[in-house]
Amino acid sequence: MYHDNDRAKLFSRRAMMLAGGKATLVVGLAARMYYLQVMEADKYAMQAEDNRITTRLLAPPRGLILDRNGVAMAINQQNYRVMVVAEQTPSLDYTLDALAKIIPIGESERARIHKEARRRRRFVPVSVRENLTWEEVARVEVNAPDLPGIIIDVGQSRYYPMESLGAHILGYVAAVSENDLTDDPLEELPGFRIGKGGVEKVYDMALRGRAGTSSLEVNSVGRIHRELERKEGEPGIDLNLTLDIRLQQYAAQRLGDESAAVVVMDILTGDVIVMASTPSFDPNSFNRGLSNDEWKDLTTNPRSPLTNKVIAGQFAPGSTFKLLTALAALESRDITPDMRVLCTGHMQLGSIKFHCWKKEGHGSQDLISGLKNSCDVYFYEVARRVGFEKIAEMARRFGLGTQTGIDLPSERPGLIPDRAWKRKALKQPWHPGETLINAIGQGYVTATPIQLAVMTARIANGGYAVVPHVARDQIIEKSVHPRPQPEWPSLEVSRQSLALVRKGMFAVSNEPGGTAYKARITQEGMWLSGKTGSAQVRRITMRERESGVKKNEQLPWKERDHALFVAYAPEENPRYSIAVVVEHGGGGSAVAAPIARDIMLEVQKRDLARVSTEANGTPEPPPDFRRF
Amino acid sequence: MLNLPRMPLRLNRTEMSLREKLLQLNWSLIALLAAIACIGFATLYSAAGGSLEPWALKQIVRFVVGLSIMIAVAMVDLRFWVRNAYIFYVVAAVLLLLVEIKGTVGMGAQRWIDLGFIQLQPSEIMKITLILALARYFHGATLQEIGRPLFLIPPLIMVLLPAAMVMKQPDLGTAMMLVMSAGAVFFMAGVRMWKFALVAISGLSAIPLAWEFLREYQKKRVLIFLNPEDDPLGAGYHITQSKIALGSGGLFGKGYMGGTQSRLNFLPEKQTDFIFTMFAEEWGMMGGLVLLALYVMLVAFGYAIALRCRSQFGRLMALGITTTFFLYFFINIAMVMGLVPVVGVPLPLISYGGTAMLSLLFGWGLVMSAYIHRDMPISRRGMHDD
Repeated sequence: MYHDNDRAKLFSRRAMMLAGGKATLVVGLAARMYYLQVMEADKYAMQAEDNRITTRLLAPPRGLILDRNGVAMAINQQNYRVMVVAEQTPSLDYTLDALAKIIPIGESERARIHKEARRRRRFVPVSVRENLTWEEVARVEVNAPDLPGIIIDVGQSRYYPMESLGAHILGYVAAVSENDLTDDPLEELPGFRIGKGGVEKVYDMALRGRAGTSSLEVNSVGRIHRELERKEGEPGIDLNLTLDIRLQQYAAQRLGDESAAVVVMDILTGDVIVMASTPSFDPNSFNRGLSNDEWKDLTTNPRSPLTNKVIAGQFAPGSTFKLLTALAALESRDITPDMRVLCTGHMQLGSIKFHCWKKEGHGSQDLISGLKNSCDVYFYEVARRVGFEKIAEMARRFGLGTQTGIDLPSERPGLIPDRAWKRKALKQPWHPGETLINAIGQGYVTATPIQLAVMTARIANGGYAVVPHVARDQIIEKSVHPRPQPEWPSLEVSRQSLALVRKGMFAVSNEPGGTAYKARITQEGMWLSGKTGSAQVRRITMRERESGVKKNEQLPWKERDHALFVAYAPEENPRYSIAVVVEHGGGGSAVAAPIARDIMLEVQKRDLARVSTEANGTPEPPPDFRRF
Repeated sequence: MLNLPRMPLRLNRTEMSLREKLLQLNWSLIALLAAIACIGFATLYSAAGGSLEPWALKQIVRFVVGLSIMIAVAMVDLRFWVRNAYIFYVVAAVLLLLVEIKGTVGMGAQRWIDLGFIQLQPSEIMKITLILALARYFHGATLQEIGRPLFLIPPLIMVLLPAAMVMKQPDLGTAMMLVMSAGAVFFMAGVRMWKFALVAISGLSAIPLAWEFLREYQKKRVLIFLNPEDDPLGAGYHITQSKIALGSGGLFGKGYMGGTQSRLNFLPEKQTDFIFTMFAEEWGMMGGLVLLALYVMLVAFGYAIALRCRSQFGRLMALGITTTFFLYFFINIAMVMGLVPVVGVPLPLISYGGTAMLSLLFGWGLVMSAYIHRDMPISRRGMHDD
C-alpha cells in the first residue's frame, strides 16, 4: 500500500483550481455571447437583413412620344425573348439542339450562350434570342414539353412606328454608357435604354419614369426564395410634340432625295410644326443594333443622315440675310426707303470689283425693288453706309449667332462676325470689302435653318423674340405643365421698318419679276411673302467671270450653291414662318421657294391654329403683338 | 483510507456482478447526455429545413448505438483499462501512423482510415487512449517520483508523439486538444506548477518556429482570426457570417426553424462545426446559455465522479476525459464566436458526425465505469489491492 492520501488531497486541490480555470473560460463564452447577441445585436440583425433581402428594380414603361394630334411616334413594344435556364436542362446542348429545330440558332450564338451560362449561376436565365415573332413564340410554346429549361420572357423595347420620319426630333435610345451615368438606379438594370438624341435625350428623365422595387428573399448564392414586397414604379410621362406628323410626312416627301432641311414654326407660340432634315435614318436600327457596315454608311455619307440639319447645319444665309441688312439700315436711319442706288452689275470698292448676281445689272433700285430683285449692288451700297457692326447687332437681335434655345440637343450657334471676332479668331483686321460680302449673307456669316425661321418669325410677328420649341407642354423635372400664354420680349424694332421689309418680302413673292414670283401661292388668304437666297460655296475666279460663270447644273454636287428660302404666311394675318435650305440645291428661287410654297400651302390648309382652337372651344386670344 | 480497516461494503468488493453494475448506472448523467443530444437532433432537423433527412435521423441512430456502447464500456471492470491502457495506446498510435502512410484524403487533410464498415479517425481514438495511458502511468506513481524530472520524460513522449503526428495530418485543433487534455492529467497528477510555467514559456518562444511548420491554410486561418473583416467574402466569410447569424439572433432568437442566415445558406457548415451558431441564431442568447449550462453540468458530473473515485487511475481518467469534453465545446463555441481561430472542432453530441459522437460516448462510458467502480482500490499494475 502506498500513500494515497496525499495524492488524493492534492488531486482535490488541483481539481478545484482546474475547475476554477474552466469556469472562467465559460464565463468568457457567456460574456462573448452577451456582447454579440445583446450589445451588437442591432448591427448584426441589420447585416443579416442585408444578406437576406435583395432589392430588384422594376423598370417602368418609358413614356410615349406623340405628335400634336396624339399620333404615336415612339412606343414600347413587347419584346418576346426565349431564355434558357441551365439548371433545368439535362444538358445545355441537349436543350439547344431541340430548340434549334424550331428556331434557328447559329454557331456563334451557341458559343455566346455557353459563355454566358458559364459566367452566371445555373439558375439564372440566359437570353437565347430576342424579338421573336408571334409565330416563333407559338412554336416554342407548343413544343414546350420537349424543351426542358426553356422559358419565354416578355420585355419592353422602344419602337418608332414612323421609322425615319421625324427621327432627328425623336432621337433614339441605346444602352447606357459610362459617360451617361447619373444617380438614377434604373441605369443599372441590364438592358436599360436611355435617350441618346432628340427629345428622347432632352426629356429623358421625364420619359424614364420612376423605378418600382421588388424586395426578394435570396439565399447565399442569390437564388430567389420569395417576394417580400413589391412597389410598382411610375411610368414615364407621355410627351406630346408640337409637330404635325402629316405635315412632317408631306415635307419629307417633298424634299425627296435632296440633302435638305425645312422647318415651319408658329410665329406667335414658337411651336415647331414641321422639322425635316433629309436624308434621315431609322432610329429603330440603333435599338436593334447596327452592323458595322450600316454604321459606316451612316457616318461617312456626305449628306450626313445622322445630323439634324435644321439645328446643326450651318449655312451661309445668302440673300435671306439682306432682310437684316435692310432692317439695320432703316433702324439706324442711314438710308431712307426711297434712296436709290444704280446697279450696273458691279460695284467698285477701292481696287476690288464686287459683282451683282445679275451680270448686266438691275438699273436704279430702291429698298423694295432691291429686296424684290435681291440686288446685290443695292445692298453693297447700303452696307457701305451702315457698316457691318450695326448689321451684326440687328442679326443677333433676330436670333442669329447664338443657339435659339430650342428644346433639342446639339444645336449649333452659326456665326455673326464682327471686328472683335475677326481679330480674335483670325488675328486679322476687318476689311471694308468684308462688310459688303457679309451683308449679303456670304463670307463668314452662317446660320442654321431654325435661326432663319426664327428670324422670319420675328419679322412677321411684329418684332417679338419668339423662341421655338418642340414639346407641346412645359416639362419641369418629371411633371407636365401647360405652356403659359407666351409673352415674348419686344426686340425694340420700329413697326415702320418691319413693315417696309415685309413689303419687300411681299414683292419678292407676289409681284411679277420678284425672285420667288413663280413660286407664289395663289389661293386667296394663303399668300406667302418670302425671301430667296443662293449661297455660293466656291470662289468664282476672275477668269471664270470673263469666260462666263458656270451654271449650277454644270458643277459637281459639292460645288453647287445652297438654295435657301424663308417666308411667312398668310400675308394678311401671319401665323407661320418657314425656312428651307437645300444643300447644293442650286438657286433659291428655282429650288427652295417651290418647296416652301408647297409646304406652306399644306400647312395653311390644315391650319393647325384654327383646328386646335375649335377643338378647345376657346376663342383665339387676340395678342397685341400679332399685328401692328 | 489507508488507516481504515477493510470495510465489508458491497461496493468495496473486488468483484461485482453485472446486475450490481447496472444498478449503479448514473441515470442523471445519461439523462443529461440525452438532453444535449436531443438539442442536437432538433437543431439538425431545423438545419435540414424541417426534415429528419439527411442528418437528424442518422444522428439519432448513432446516438442510440453510442449510448449502448457507453453502457457496455461502463460495465467493463476498471482494472481491464488499467491493464490494457498501454496496448490501446500503441494500437491507436499505429493507426495514426497508418493514416499518415495510407490514409484517405478527406476534407483536405489525412484523417480517415477506411475499415470497410466504418471510417475511423485514429486521432479521435487517440484522444481517449492517451488519457488512459497517462492515467495508467501516473496511477502507480508516488508524489516523490512525480517530482523527479526524468520520471516525466516517458509521459511527455507519449503526448508529443501523437500530437506531432496529428499536427502533421494536419489537424491543429486535435493536436491542441491532445496537448491540453494531457496537460490537465499532468497537472492533476501533481506535476509542479513551475514546470508548467517552464513549458508554457518555452512553448510561447517556439511560436515563431511553429509558424513555419503550419500549412498555408492554417496560417491563413490564424490571420483571418486576427482580423476577419479583412476579407469578408473570401476566407473570413465563415466567421463573419457566423457572427452575423449569432448577433442577429439577439436575446431570444429568431425562433425555431426561423434562422435566416442558416436557412438561406449564408452560414457555412451549419450542420457540423457551425451548428452552435445556427442554434443560437434560432434560440438567441437564452438558448445558448441553456446549452452552455447543460455542458457545465455534465462537466460538473465528471468532476464529482473524479473526486469520488478511490483509485488514482479512475480520478485521472475521469478528469482527463471530462477535460477533453470541456475542450470540445469550449473551443467550438469560442471558434464560432470569433474568439479562437477556426480549427475544425465539432460541438460535442450536437454536431453531425459519427466518429466524434462514438468516441465521446465511449469516453463517457469510461467515466461512468469509474463511477461504478469508484470504491474499488486498484493496485499499481491493475490488480485489485491485496
